[in-house]
Amino acid sequence: MTKLSSRDWGNLSLAGLAIIVAACLPWSAGAYNLTIGVTIAMYTVLATSWALFSGPTHYISLATAAFFGVGAYVTGIGIQHLPYWSLLPIAGIIGAVMAALVGLATLRLSGVYFVIFTLGLAEFVRQIITWSQNISGTKGIYVLTSINEADIYWQLLGLAALVWLIGWLIGRSRLGFALRIIGDDEAVAKHSGIDTARAKILLFMVPGAVAAITGAILAPRYVYLEPSLAFTPMLSFQVVIMALLGGTGRLWGPLVGVIPFTFLWETISASFPNQTTLLLGLCFLVIVYLLPKGFVGLIDALRNRLNKGEAWA
Amino acid sequence: MSALLSLRGVSKRFGGLIAVNRMDFDVGEHEVLGLIGPNGSGKSTTLNLISGAFPVSAGSISLRGQAISHLAAQEINRRGIARTFQLVRLLPSMTVLENVKAGAVFGHRRRWGNEANVIAEAMLEKVGLAGRGHMTIGQLTYIDSKRVELARALAGEPRVILLDEWLAGLNPTELEEGIRLIRSLRDDGCTIILVEHVMDAIRSLCDRCVVMAAGTKIAEGTPADVLSDTAVIRAYLGDDDA
Repeated sequence: MTKLSSRDWGNLSLAGLAIIVAACLPWSAGAYNLTIGVTIAMYTVLATSWALFSGPTHYISLATAAFFGVGAYVTGIGIQHLPYWSLLPIAGIIGAVMAALVGLATLRLSGVYFVIFTLGLAEFVRQIITWSQNISGTKGIYVLTSINEADIYWQLLGLAALVWLIGWLIGRSRLGFALRIIGDDEAVAKHSGIDTARAKILLFMVPGAVAAITGAILAPRYVYLEPSLAFTPMLSFQVVIMALLGGTGRLWGPLVGVIPFTFLWETISASFPNQTTLLLGLCFLVIVYLLPKGFVGLIDALRNRLNKGEAWA
Repeated sequence: MSALLSLRGVSKRFGGLIAVNRMDFDVGEHEVLGLIGPNGSGKSTTLNLISGAFPVSAGSISLRGQAISHLAAQEINRRGIARTFQLVRLLPSMTVLENVKAGAVFGHRRRWGNEANVIAEAMLEKVGLAGRGHMTIGQLTYIDSKRVELARALAGEPRVILLDEWLAGLNPTELEEGIRLIRSLRDDGCTIILVEHVMDAIRSLCDRCVVMAAGTKIAEGTPADVLSDTAVIRAYLGDDDA
């Protein structure tokens, strides 16, 4: 680990201040704005952790819903037997182990197989839970707790801070450097001495654990949990779109995508409730064609243009 | 001279095609070995087998007496075999310094932080790119991109360097510079296996040559000896009777 520069300390202080300001939302906002705040915090956690792995490696994971759903069910099933706070680390461990198993099975293969496998994973787990519920005769689980919207928001904000910290530490580590090399050229990475499979599996465990913890935190919000809600594939696609819209090149990139997309999605859901999937696909196309590097790329391009302009002046 | 790297009965089959057939040769410490032969003779495949890009179909490769042919590419690199590629492969999103640092951080001798930066800067200086670490890959000329790739291979301080047609595609001036650079590595005591078509380079740089044709070794010896060998001349120029 390299020493911290004054710029690093500045960035850390700024991030800390932003988190403290964000933590004041439940005291200053109404119920609707707090709901939007929870949604933004949830997608910020999911998209940022997704980008930690998929950003540098360019492996597009559609497994977010699988981990999220498993985490939600950990709370749903476990809340009757264990204290709520013990369920979050349990969900994280299960998510990390699941991600490691998926990684062992798929990350030695090329990216396209990984994408298809991760898409199928959420559906696979959903079908297993549906099947087991059919066998036992239950249709869903009630998650009845005293946890309110503000509690959920603060938990998600804490988790977001943890994800940023992990991302920042990874970015400064050998693992972070290895993943950038893998993303550029996997063959070069191997011939430079990097155990590419190990590096990818290790990092894939981070979004796996984080998505499962997020699901565990969000479960009380749903009150009634059923597989179609917990494992909705829409969640995986939205996380990808938000992360790509913001840009995966910077740790704060996904946040820049999450905030406008959440408001856009609120408008779409309210005004065109029957066309949401169609409009989601349209958003995907717009991002891929017009903003391939997201807002981060756009900001970098503008900054470069400004610098060039100054150089000419 | 004790063997640093040894190949014994090494073969590689791709379905029905035998690309490398029972290759045997040794490379001594501080030796520069030329691996030559006409196109399609199996030279690059042999380098790929040594570096672990492909698994061997038969035979064994050992480094300092320890078998490495069953190891993955990254493990072979860590044991001390670094390479360049026939078509230059750099890391496009990284600066020149970061490209070289990749070799210093994960290669044979692993370093991190400022120590890795110092080694990467030193390797850039060695290949003639001092002070250009900040440049992007897109700003490099062809020979400079080859220098960066070579610096990356050197940065892990490997025991053996595999150069796959490193001099290919250079103009006469660049070729002279390239030969001078590889000669400086030889003078530093590097052990090198050189796959090359440039005969001037083979003559001036190699201590010994192994000549391949159709996947098989057809000659071995000093450059002067193998280049005057009738079997070698026939392999390059074809048979009069054909």
